Parts: sequence; C-alpha cells; structure tokens
Amino acid sequence: MSERNLNDWVRQAHESNNYDPLLQMVPYARLIGIECLRLGDEMVFRLPSNKDNIGNPTLPALHGGVIAGFMEHAAMLHLLMFMGSPHLPKIIDFSIDYLRAGHYRDTFAACQVWRQGRRVANVAVTAWQTNQTEPIATARCHFKVDEP
Amino acid sequence: MSDPVILERTQRFLSFLRHCQVLGMRVERADRTGLTLRLPYSENIVSDPETGIIHGGAITTLMDTTCGISTACALPELEICPTLDLRIDYMHPAEPNHDVFGFAECYRVTPTVIFTRGVAYQRDINEPIAHVVGAFMRMGRGKQGGAAAEERGAGA
Repeated sequence: MSERNLNDWVRQAHESNNYDPLLQMVPYARLIGIECLRLGDEMVFRLPSNKDNIGNPTLPALHGGVIAGFMEHAAMLHLLMFMGSPHLPKIIDFSIDYLRAGHYRDTFAACQVWRQGRRVANVAVTAWQTNQTEPIATARCHFKVDEP
Repeated sequence: MSDPVILERTQRFLSFLRHCQVLGMRVERADRTGLTLRLPYSENIVSDPETGIIHGGAITTLMDTTCGISTACALPELEICPTLDLRIDYMHPAEPNHDVFGFAECYRVTPTVIFTRGVAYQRDINEPIAHVVGAFMRMGRGKQGGAAAEERGAGA
C-alpha cells in the first residue's frame, strides 16, 4: 500500500480509536483474527479464541506458529502506530520462547520498543492469557524501518 | 523417496493439527534425514494485498510445524514434543503466487530436548527465504498429550 494511504489509515485509527480498518487491510491478521485496543498510551493486542487456530487438539492448545504470528504482527503494528514510520516495517528476525501452553482462550500481547535507530528497530513482545504476570510466550524481533 | 513408515507417521501427525489443515499444509517428503512440508500459496496468508507477500506468521507456522514434526523422523516412536523456542532469520521475502516449502532436521537428540534446524524456500533450497533453529521438549514415556504437555510449551 502507498505511504500516503498508510499514513492516513494510521492517523484515522488514532483519531477514532478504531484500529479495525488497519487490521482488516492485512489478510493474515483477518485469518487468525487479531484485534487491537488502545488504553491511553498503551496498545494491547487481542487474539480471540478461534478453533481454526488450534494446533494440539488433545489439550486443546493454540498452534505455536499462530501465537508467534500474532506476536510478530503486534510488534509490526506497534511500530507503525507509535514510531511514525511512514511505511510498513519489514521483519529481519524473530525469536520466541514458549513458557506455558497457549490454551484455547483469548490471548493478549503488548510490545516494548527497546531501540529504534534510523534503519532498524528492536521490539520485545509479551503474550499472556489469564494473567499478564504469567506470560505464555515472550519474543523479540528486529524490523527494518528505513525504506518503503 | 520417502520412508513409508516415517511418511505415514508424519502425515498422521500433521492431520491432527487443525490450523495446519486450515493453511492446507501437506507432507512433501519424510525420511530418517528430515522432513519437508509444503505451504500452498493463498491470498489469506498475505501481509499486504498490493505486493502479495506472505506474512511472516504463516512462514513461522510452517517452520514451527516442520521442525516439530521432524522429531518424528529421528525418534523410534511418535512423541508430541512442545516447542521450547524458535528463531527465524529472514533472508528475503517469499515470491508471491508460489508455494513455500519447509525443510527441517534434528541435529541433536537428548533424553529431554531435541535440537532442530531448517530452512523455508520456494524454487531452490540453496536460496532459502528463511533460516530456522528450534528446540523441542521431550515429555518422557507415558506422558504424552495430557498433564505433562500441559506443564509447558505451546507448539505443534
């Protein structure tokens, strides 16, 4: 999508506090069902429970890849919304530690930008379900932010 | 040529995983040396409709699954091994309208942990779109699926 469009979308989302249109633009975000909510200066991402996101059926547990995809997309959106990047950040690497089973229920994620340089940004992501102090996974990733 | 016993085992494993069925993933090849899965190109897994580039999340799901099921190539019997950690390095974006393959192998098997590595590629395995390493936990005998898997891990 063009830079100008993207900037308009981000501005409108901030103004209306409605991030749905921004999420609806991304087919993968629609597929797994990502939502996002702004609480003051904080952004919380939500992945509502969805049968199609299940991996291990016996627990049942969410597929680890879906949890990772949710966290990666949350990090990318967080950068896009707070860092004033005029274009979509591009993923360089992504590393995830799974701490607990991701049960078949709603999952949340919050991001922390530890460093944004001119070319690269480093973002940490935490995902939880019932209690933010008991994360189901933590991840860190680098994005390229310097060119369209 | 795939090993028929390992192929059947990996196909059965993959068929259990609902999200992988949603993505249409299939076993391409499986033998003692490793596993190859195919992720069909689809507009549903794209990150930007204008470019048609596949979202990193779908590539991560492919590689988490490939690394996770590759444990079935190295173990004498089927074990469900939750993912401990996974790291993906992106070499370049996937080419639109082409399927993605994931290859993974186990390079170290211990009684508690299995270390795997692999690549995601399209036309040529020697020009990967991503490199991956992942560690998987062994739950121990007679502890499959239930309480033990509950303790830890979320993966395939």
